[in-house]
Amino acid sequence: MINKNKTSKCDLCCTRLEKFGVKIGKNVLLHDVDLHIHCGELTGLIGPNGAGKSTLLKAMTGELPFTGKLSFLDAKELRTGHPLIGYVPQHLDLDKGSPASVLDFCAACISSFPVWISHTRTDKQRIMENLARFQAEHLINRRISNLSGGELQRVLLACALDPIPDLLLLDEPVAGVDPRGLEIFYNMVSDLRRDYDLSILMVSHDHAMISQFADRIVLLDKTVLAAGNPRAVLHDPNFVRLFGARLTLETYHNQSGTMTRHHPAVRFSND
Amino acid sequence: MIELWYSLLESMVPFSWIEYDFMKNALLAVLLVSPVFGLLGTMVVSNRMAFFSDAIGHAALTGIAIGVILGLCDPLWAMLIFAAILAVAITWARGHTEASADTVIGVFFSATVALGVVILSRGGAFNRYSQYLIGDLLSISPQEIYLVGIVLLIVLLFWAFFFNRLFLLSFNATVARSRGVRTSLVETAFAVLLALTVTISIQWIGILIINALLILPAAAARNLAQSMRTYHLLAVSISLLSGIVGLFMSYQWGTATGATIVLCCFGLYLGTIAFKALRK
Repeated sequence: MINKNKTSKCDLCCTRLEKFGVKIGKNVLLHDVDLHIHCGELTGLIGPNGAGKSTLLKAMTGELPFTGKLSFLDAKELRTGHPLIGYVPQHLDLDKGSPASVLDFCAACISSFPVWISHTRTDKQRIMENLARFQAEHLINRRISNLSGGELQRVLLACALDPIPDLLLLDEPVAGVDPRGLEIFYNMVSDLRRDYDLSILMVSHDHAMISQFADRIVLLDKTVLAAGNPRAVLHDPNFVRLFGARLTLETYHNQSGTMTRHHPAVRFSND
Repeated sequence: MIELWYSLLESMVPFSWIEYDFMKNALLAVLLVSPVFGLLGTMVVSNRMAFFSDAIGHAALTGIAIGVILGLCDPLWAMLIFAAILAVAITWARGHTEASADTVIGVFFSATVALGVVILSRGGAFNRYSQYLIGDLLSISPQEIYLVGIVLLIVLLFWAFFFNRLFLLSFNATVARSRGVRTSLVETAFAVLLALTVTISIQWIGILIINALLILPAAAARNLAQSMRTYHLLAVSISLLSGIVGLFMSYQWGTATGATIVLCCFGLYLGTIAFKALRK
């Protein structure tokens, strides 16, 4: 479904956070976060409400000031500075009456040609191709405020991948997407990491879903409480303390029922 | 240049009111100022900044008061500087406090209006400044029209170079930031541009209704538009149409021009609602 754009595999490159912290006024939102996010890996970010998950993403894009280090290293471990970041928000600040079309939004992302005048043909072509990767090309002239949650997520994902970022940050949609739509979304994201060799960091509220798809899970509550493969994190005492019952992965799979399609990320379910 | 405009109108417009120079001036001012309000209004409405622009309009009172204290005969510079500082302060406060934008603006709003009224009403002299409340478009001078022309040019340039960034920012600050938009800079620049435009236009439109000219054309355009292009096209057209019709009606009825234009705008707004309802 997705063309391979990056030919060179770089299993070693990673985005690295060291002593990463965010403070607003006297309020410490995050402190001493140390994280390595590897290329070709989907890292799931979980934690209770107010744990600082969205804050971490916002700080990584540079919207919030942070302390500590954020660096991107390529395959040879040479610093290449601040990573190119693609960001998919949880939602857009839209009211129902907003007249902006999908084309307007996508064009504003990639081009400086004023969208209130018109769109250049090359921009439009490029946007068509981007949307087509996520079966969203038919939405191009729709008002963005009229899209369903799932449609909007596909459009946002298509925009975030042009240009191909070093690091893709996703804030999982919590409202307006049905379970089926959510599964499609997770599948798409999961395919992306291999097809583009991307580092993906995804905030998730659905522990069942993320443990199926993620290579690694990070449990966050102001700082990193646990990190590692999904099985290890879900059995971590901190996880049990924060989320109560010690649910096994097997219970999750029974809960998720129909969605246990074979997937590399669920390899641990048989061991 | 203004003579060229006069002779052009006299040869082309078959109405008697065009004989008066003040009407020719007012018409030219309307043609220049309407697109400014149409364009800025689209983003004021999209960014939910209606209350902000209203506050800036009312803060003109304090600007005038400061001008009076400093002994300036034309308080415009004092008004402009004060409006710019206030715009920066409100934008900063919105980003750095936990309070909602409404509350932040409300606090600044009431404080500045009160300060302006207190200073201007010293010795019961407030009536002298009541012209600013209603405004008088027919009093605009050719020099002032040049000023409006410059404002239009600045707004067009800003819209050509910064619109996409402002537009992205209105969707989601983090998305804009990930696209390399310097969010606070763009936000502040827009707030200052809006504040300066509103302040310059106050003396002709009036504090009480200036906000309507920003909000109504864009609000009407939103009822029909399907893209940013049609949104802007409709907002500017509605703004221009109601400006021209309103000017003519105010001449016929002997009413305040700004308010008459606003009523025309409102009529068009109702029209778009009716059209939208019928289309469904």
